[in-house]
Amino acid sequence: MIEVRNLTKRYGSTVAVDDLSFDVQPGIVTGFLGPNGAGKSTTMRMILGLDRPTAGSALVFGRPYASAVAPLREVGALIDAKDVHGGRSARNHLLALAQSNGLPASRVGEVLDMVGLGAVAKRRIKTFSLGMSQRLGIAAAMLGDPRVLLFDEPVNGLDPEGILWVRNFMKALAKDGRTVLVSSHLMSEMANTADHLVVIGRGKLIADLATDEFIARSSSNAVRVKSPQQQQLLDALSAVHAEVAPLDGHLEVRGLTCAEVGDLAAANRITIHELFEDRASLEEAFMELTRDSVEYHAPAALNQEGAGR
Amino acid sequence: MSAVAERPAVLPIGPGGPSSTLAGVTRSEFTKLRSVRSTKWTIFVLVAATIGFGVLFCFLTNHYWPKASASDKADFDATSTSFGGLMFGQLAIAVLGVLVISSEYSTGGIRTSLTAVPNRMRFLAAKVISFSGVAGVAGLIIAFAAFFAGQPFFAKRGIGASLSDDGVLRAVFGAALYVVVSGLFGLAVGLLLRHSAGAITVVVAFMFVLPLVVNAFPGDWGKAVIRYFTSNAGQQVTFVHQSGNHLGPWLGFGVYCIWAAVPLVIGALLLHRRDA
Repeated sequence: MIEVRNLTKRYGSTVAVDDLSFDVQPGIVTGFLGPNGAGKSTTMRMILGLDRPTAGSALVFGRPYASAVAPLREVGALIDAKDVHGGRSARNHLLALAQSNGLPASRVGEVLDMVGLGAVAKRRIKTFSLGMSQRLGIAAAMLGDPRVLLFDEPVNGLDPEGILWVRNFMKALAKDGRTVLVSSHLMSEMANTADHLVVIGRGKLIADLATDEFIARSSSNAVRVKSPQQQQLLDALSAVHAEVAPLDGHLEVRGLTCAEVGDLAAANRITIHELFEDRASLEEAFMELTRDSVEYHAPAALNQEGAGR
Repeated sequence: MSAVAERPAVLPIGPGGPSSTLAGVTRSEFTKLRSVRSTKWTIFVLVAATIGFGVLFCFLTNHYWPKASASDKADFDATSTSFGGLMFGQLAIAVLGVLVISSEYSTGGIRTSLTAVPNRMRFLAAKVISFSGVAGVAGLIIAFAAFFAGQPFFAKRGIGASLSDDGVLRAVFGAALYVVVSGLFGLAVGLLLRHSAGAITVVVAFMFVLPLVVNAFPGDWGKAVIRYFTSNAGQQVTFVHQSGNHLGPWLGFGVYCIWAAVPLVIGALLLHRRDA
């Protein structure tokens, strides 16, 4: 498991990571969420000892990662798939990594087959597509069969088939009892993969909670319902003081669950054609949570500010 | 999509399990060195050109021998004439030394490398050892091949050198050592600057441009600078006949080692302290 305690990283006057503390538990996938520039990668680099914290500590199994006897046995990491020498073949790249930790050379073929790159083992890495590079990065992370895995935006640049593969792969690793920390800036991706969420913004901890809890909190107050008797349904919902508004031929209901809306409609003998939780609101809830901590807003926001003056 | 189900048996943990050792990391660095094309090309060019130029120097020296002045004949050093291509060779090996480190930074591979080997001093030591080994083998091939390919040109006149002559064997091994330390100088500058183009520029400046500049320094102070400046000092170990102005072979070589060691030590401290 990973313990991050009061971790701080300053670059001059810029604070990239600000007094951050959280734990990452084994047996589940922990999503590490935050807008671009929130400090996710910097935190991961500090866990790996690549960057030196200004203050605080990051421990893996109770000690700094750098003190491990065979580091690749403890932690497998995919920070940036492009962090390789493109002139080397996939096989030689992994062979060098295996040798550095005293791992048997036979592991190289095993992990290449595991990620489906066995056929291109001898090709130079610079000829790989981004998706293939990501797979190679995952192969490198799995070389030492580690108990802890860190993945920084692993689905970036992957096609849908690749995304599904990575998602299932991470879930299987966690099911295996391993500790899995995956960063992303997309809430929707994490809702599908992570069991637990650590959300940061501007280097500060914003939320540390189970994914189910986050979903319950954010989407329970937005339910979409479609009915041929829209007016009747609207009246019925208003009668129980639900917050309701027409939206794209649906009604958007806040303050009630799907079950409550369904029950209410049945009690009033109102036909319902569609009834669902508004999953889009998950992304909105995440944006709401991190709004104050987004590093660079789109220019539209600036224009509005200007117009207001 | 059940890739994980096919995952091979887990590796052993604890005593007897794998560990990251200097020997293992050195093997790893050797794999990295031999598995990129630039290494093979640089070594090939280094060996071929250094021997080739040495042969050419010997041929021309012999050809124009009747026209040479008495003082040229007195200063003639058959052994070091064979090593006339070392000027080129030292540059090639120093550039390779730069690339051994700077390519880690230019490709981003340094982060992957230091994740696998977070003990940075072990990482650097392994790089130095593996690179020195490769440079040493190349240096020995160059030194002996250039010597044996060059000396036959002098045989008819009886002015050639033999390995059994005083100081010749030392000069031949010295040429190999000179190649190694030239490469390490490049590696050290690469470590310090972490940038290929900048580091190569500095290496060329210190090995070629500045020695020419200081050679023009007037007075006693100038002479001292000339004596102790990088390749001026280092080359002495490849000469059989020392000229009075310069340091002795081993003292000169020792000074050259210091030229390589200083940036290497500073670079090591920075590697330890800086973020990767």
